[in-house]
Amino acid sequence: MSETNGHHEKKRLDNPPQTIEFKIQRREKLGGETRWEVFEIPYRRNLNVISALMDIRKNPVTKDGRQTTPPVWDMSCLEQVCGICTMVIDGRARQSCSALVDDLLLASGSNTITLQPMSKFPNVRDLKVDRTRMFDHLKQVHAWVELDGSHDLGPGAQISNETAQERYAFSRCMTCGCCLEACPQYFEDNYIGPQAIAQARLFNMHPTGKITIDERLDGLMGEDGITNCGNAQNCVQVCPMSVPLTKAIYETNRDITVNALFGWLKK
Amino acid sequence: MSSNGLKIAVVGGGLAGLAAAMKIAEAGHSVDLISVVPVKRSHSVCAQGGINGAVNTKGEGDSPWKHFDDTVYGGDFLANQPPVQRMCEMAPKIIYLFDRMGVPFSRTQEGLIDFRRFGGTLHHRTAFAGASTGQQLLYALDEQVRKHEAAGMVNKYEGWEMLSLVLDDHQVCRGLIAMNLQTLELKEFPADAVIMATGGPGLIFGKSTNSMTCTGSAVSAAYQQGAKYANGEFIQVHPTSIPGEDKLRLMSESARGEGGRVWVPKNPGDKRNPKDIPTAERWYFLEEKYPAYGNLVPRDIATREIFQVCLEGFGVGGENQVYLDLTHIPAETLTRKLGAILEIYEMFVGDDPRFVPMRIFPGVHYSMGGLWVDFEQRTNIPGLFAAGECDYSIHGANRLGANSLVSCVYGGFVAAPSAIEYAQNVERGSTESNGIHAAELKRQQEINDQIIRNEGSENQYKIHDELGKWMTDNVTVVRYNDKLKATDDKLVELIDRFKHISINDSNLWATQAVPHARQLWNMLHLARVITLGALNRDESRGAHYKPDFPDRDDEKFLKTTIAEFSEESPVLSYEEVDIGLIEPRKRDYTKGKSKKA
Repeated sequence: MSETNGHHEKKRLDNPPQTIEFKIQRREKLGGETRWEVFEIPYRRNLNVISALMDIRKNPVTKDGRQTTPPVWDMSCLEQVCGICTMVIDGRARQSCSALVDDLLLASGSNTITLQPMSKFPNVRDLKVDRTRMFDHLKQVHAWVELDGSHDLGPGAQISNETAQERYAFSRCMTCGCCLEACPQYFEDNYIGPQAIAQARLFNMHPTGKITIDERLDGLMGEDGITNCGNAQNCVQVCPMSVPLTKAIYETNRDITVNALFGWLKK
Repeated sequence: MSSNGLKIAVVGGGLAGLAAAMKIAEAGHSVDLISVVPVKRSHSVCAQGGINGAVNTKGEGDSPWKHFDDTVYGGDFLANQPPVQRMCEMAPKIIYLFDRMGVPFSRTQEGLIDFRRFGGTLHHRTAFAGASTGQQLLYALDEQVRKHEAAGMVNKYEGWEMLSLVLDDHQVCRGLIAMNLQTLELKEFPADAVIMATGGPGLIFGKSTNSMTCTGSAVSAAYQQGAKYANGEFIQVHPTSIPGEDKLRLMSESARGEGGRVWVPKNPGDKRNPKDIPTAERWYFLEEKYPAYGNLVPRDIATREIFQVCLEGFGVGGENQVYLDLTHIPAETLTRKLGAILEIYEMFVGDDPRFVPMRIFPGVHYSMGGLWVDFEQRTNIPGLFAAGECDYSIHGANRLGANSLVSCVYGGFVAAPSAIEYAQNVERGSTESNGIHAAELKRQQEINDQIIRNEGSENQYKIHDELGKWMTDNVTVVRYNDKLKATDDKLVELIDRFKHISINDSNLWATQAVPHARQLWNMLHLARVITLGALNRDESRGAHYKPDFPDRDDEKFLKTTIAEFSEESPVLSYEEVDIGLIEPRKRDYTKGKSKKA
């Protein structure tokens, strides 16, 4: 949430600069070298990072007057609900659509905003990364309810509104990758990470989903599984959707313990 | 690959495309699913309000027939009625299916799905999951399709954009050509049937409430290859969106439902802080012009009035914006009733709407028009099907809130068996060996090469800006024939200038310049369909309003507009509407809430 002052109006720059600088980390292609380029654009109120990038794209000339290639980044919904435009802005992973220039300048006290791609995923070009592995993780934990079919079988199980709201909080995850970027345990895809654990939890909480809990927990008990969590709790702090990630990890660990116990009893 | 070896391709991974892909995979056939973004990031995520279905668990005597009547009436009788009726009958089953898939719908105290009221109806008919129902429904289908993907039935091509259809000598669709947005590689997708589910064309208007992927490009390509485009002129403009530098974000009409007041300073040059402007110097124009309904006039009227006030120069700060003011309502009440949507405003604008009036303006939101389809979602091109916002079939001249999600799923659920049936019966003949796929791929490669080679002086992003401005100024809320004509002239000029663009990216790896150029060309052609459809329709109906022809004219225009591509100009014709179930009556929301016949 943006900072607001006593009048509940957005806290804005008292003396906004004429121009602002964007320092952008460039990379031509996967595996290529990185370099920095600085662009200068006129300051406008209500500018967000995406609008600034759109400006730069139209006429990509660096601050020192050199014609260059337009920076490449991903964008789609621009309402912080699709997750695609995530990048590292002034050192923090977040969506570029909801990163407002005034807030960034106020926080940094400078006229420069630094944009980098997320560092934990293959960097396709400039600010664009490939997060395919996050979707693969969802397969690994069977993040779905097993249905007999999509034909009409009437309503599902009755569920309390409390449970529905608890599940809704997990279900808002947009697979943006902020949690993995912030996680000190996650490198080179060694750990399945908080998002997949929370999605497993989402379905383990569902009356029908619960039936196949074993498959989901199996997906979390391998070498890249839940035991990699070092309890740094960075994930829950950076999650733009406030998904209760640490709660999911805690509850899933409990499920695994209970399941192991009952599994043993079944033998 | 299924035992019978059918090949079906679905283009678009939003609600409609995923619904179709799931049904096809479930029937035991493999699917190629082509999407410009990872399907979980499709525009369906933006839908907030909910999904309609007459489940009737509130003891209100709601029924699919009433849902059907509301939809047809809300659409000003322009929709063919049989598919609307079928959708409304399917709607409760669709909601139950999503319930079984685990969508966290809000619940009643008994643990049943809760329903709320939405525009254009008297019943609690809208199921919802928080303030992001579209996101939740999309995720449910994404999850089911992922299961089929893991089982090898769905082959996803995410980050691929359809460029054209592959048609044989008899204009039969035999697959498509798509481009990898990272490598610019083109690939043939041979298919017995193709389902298009590519969503709306909001980006034709520059800024809209649509996602940046909603260019209508693939649909326009199909149109330019012979697919009929229907009712293009019907574009829904939502009265309250949040103007942004990059897009228009929706502000739900529940803000007015809870007492929000729309106003502008009486003095157009007034630069004072809104709270310092005394009531006597504020113009509450909706309340003044519509004393009975005030700020809760129907969507199209509110949109037209706000637009007009700004055109006359009364917009706040001389810009296209008016105040939507909630500050007279206690902050605690607002937080309780509207918390989620007010947070969106605060996130993007920064001001807290509980204490500072919001600045809003109408925004292009939805296309009622789209590819022409019959009642089984078949386009006029054999082997080509369409579903969701990219088809024209359900909403007539105006869409009711919370009907888009249900129509997307319905379209996908009908298109899938329809495509399977077609694919099972179509003769492949020599299409696998006669080189038509390779020839089409070559044609598309040449277009790309030409774009890359061009060294003209035009900037494609500036052409897009001009396109958006002309379309927004002249082909949205209030339409005049002279301006529509001038817009079409402008579009012809832009199409010509497009030929002189040079892409400003020398690095072709993952470049956005070539895909954007392809999209822009297609947007320009679809813009002509929208503009000329509006020019030709001399009446006012639903979202289409001409002050010079203020009434609905059923005798001349209770007809579907059909546009067919020709090099010169779109060729328009008109088709009778199937009104066999509900007789058209005057659409009039001004006479109190009991609009029922």
